Amino acid sequence: MIITVTKPLPEILDALKDYKRVFVAGCAACATKCQTGSEEAVELIISELKKSGITVTGSAVLDTPCDVRVAKKDLSHSQEVKSSEAILVLACGAGVGAIEKSVDKPLVPGLNPVFVGTTERIGHYNEYCLVCGDCIAGKTGGICPVSRCAKGLVNGPCGGVIDGKCETDTGKDCVWVLILDKLKKTGREKDIIDNYFPPRRTAKPRQVSAEARKHR
Amino acid sequence: MRLCEQIARKKFIITAELFPPKGTDVTNLMSRADIIGPLVDGINVTDNQRASMRLGSIAVCRLLKEKGYEPILQMTCRDRNRIALQSDLLSAFVLGIENILILSGDHPAVGEYKDTKGVYDLDPVQLLTAARTLESGVDLAGKKLNGSPKFCLGAVVNPTAKPQELQLMMMQKKIKAGARFFQTQTVFDASEFRLFHDKVKGFNVKVFPGVTLIKSVQFMDFLSNLPGVSIPEPVKERIKKSGDPLKEGIQICAETIRELKTFADGVHIMAIGSEQLIPEILDKI
Repeated sequence: MIITVTKPLPEILDALKDYKRVFVAGCAACATKCQTGSEEAVELIISELKKSGITVTGSAVLDTPCDVRVAKKDLSHSQEVKSSEAILVLACGAGVGAIEKSVDKPLVPGLNPVFVGTTERIGHYNEYCLVCGDCIAGKTGGICPVSRCAKGLVNGPCGGVIDGKCETDTGKDCVWVLILDKLKKTGREKDIIDNYFPPRRTAKPRQVSAEARKHR
Repeated sequence: MRLCEQIARKKFIITAELFPPKGTDVTNLMSRADIIGPLVDGINVTDNQRASMRLGSIAVCRLLKEKGYEPILQMTCRDRNRIALQSDLLSAFVLGIENILILSGDHPAVGEYKDTKGVYDLDPVQLLTAARTLESGVDLAGKKLNGSPKFCLGAVVNPTAKPQELQLMMMQKKIKAGARFFQTQTVFDASEFRLFHDKVKGFNVKVFPGVTLIKSVQFMDFLSNLPGVSIPEPVKERIKKSGDPLKEGIQICAETIRELKTFADGVHIMAIGSEQLIPEILDKI
């Protein structure tokens, strides 16, 4: 899922400083799981807006605000939205993008999308995928070095590993040590030497249609 | 004499390293070069070391070349994409710089520009491959070159990094990709390095262990925090207990090189801003 974090309140208030009447849109999908765009999160920000003298015209937690059909259905005919000067969006950028297509009001994102996350437990997420468009995890024991090596090195580690930890963060395992351990379990550790990964294809589709999926 | 020729014929290679300045004044740098240039087989020029912004290494390599010294261009994967890296390899070659040391480069998170984008479009194995590809007369896009370069390619390995197994694997992969010599992260214990040396002897490449001059207790603490550096406790004790840590540091350096000379292919001296002391270190060997 898309992991989001809440923008600092002063930043949100500054972005809203020209607007007196604001509608708040949350997200019932990923941002609710992250507790950044949930009913509670929407209530919380509404109370802050009110404290700052902003009139909240209304709010809605959209099922999937990243779906243009949902955003249009929920927002484009809403009187509350129509009577607002701006919409504060508590969703990821995909949600902002879909809402932008549904209403003509100025949008203010209230969250920072940070990564596609794997949930360890509630509130604890890790970035195990960069959505790079060219997955090589099949050759690295299912552990992605593109996202989990600080340098994204695909042919093996650098020399900055001390006692199995990364040079950027001594609390973080070097992903190549994890890959080595994983490959050893199936006797495939020599793959690290034998598999040469050529320069990566960084170009990826920015649009996917049913037709394109069929051919991929 | 060119580094690769020296590597082929000399028993013990000595290289040292210079940091380009932050700014345009190269007076100090060049006076250090004049001190060490005649004593060593090659001078590494670092590439925006420790992820800080410095004068470019290609420019400094060329300045060294004009003085008759043998530069080794350090090239990291951190700051340039595959177009810029290949272009700079060609640029280096036409400026007479053929010794290239390829490394990933300290991550921006440990440097002066923590918010910048680390590029790493190519990794060191891919960059070595790119250099070899250029030598063959085409670039990574498969386009024919009008005039191709010839390099003496090196790479890095960290003998003290744990698990060592991975470092050995990386060495083999880099050799396969074209590395002819290796310079290593700092080694403070020559006998421990000997164990590593014995493991890689069969790889048929020259390995020049890095030796760093510890100048003070404070400097030792700074060193300990650099990526990939580990200083053994007995060395730390000697520096801490000494009334003259610099003298002790020179002594440790000389002792290490003396021992390395009995079995290693060479040494890479990192005096980190005190290159004027390298003659003294070499005198004590």
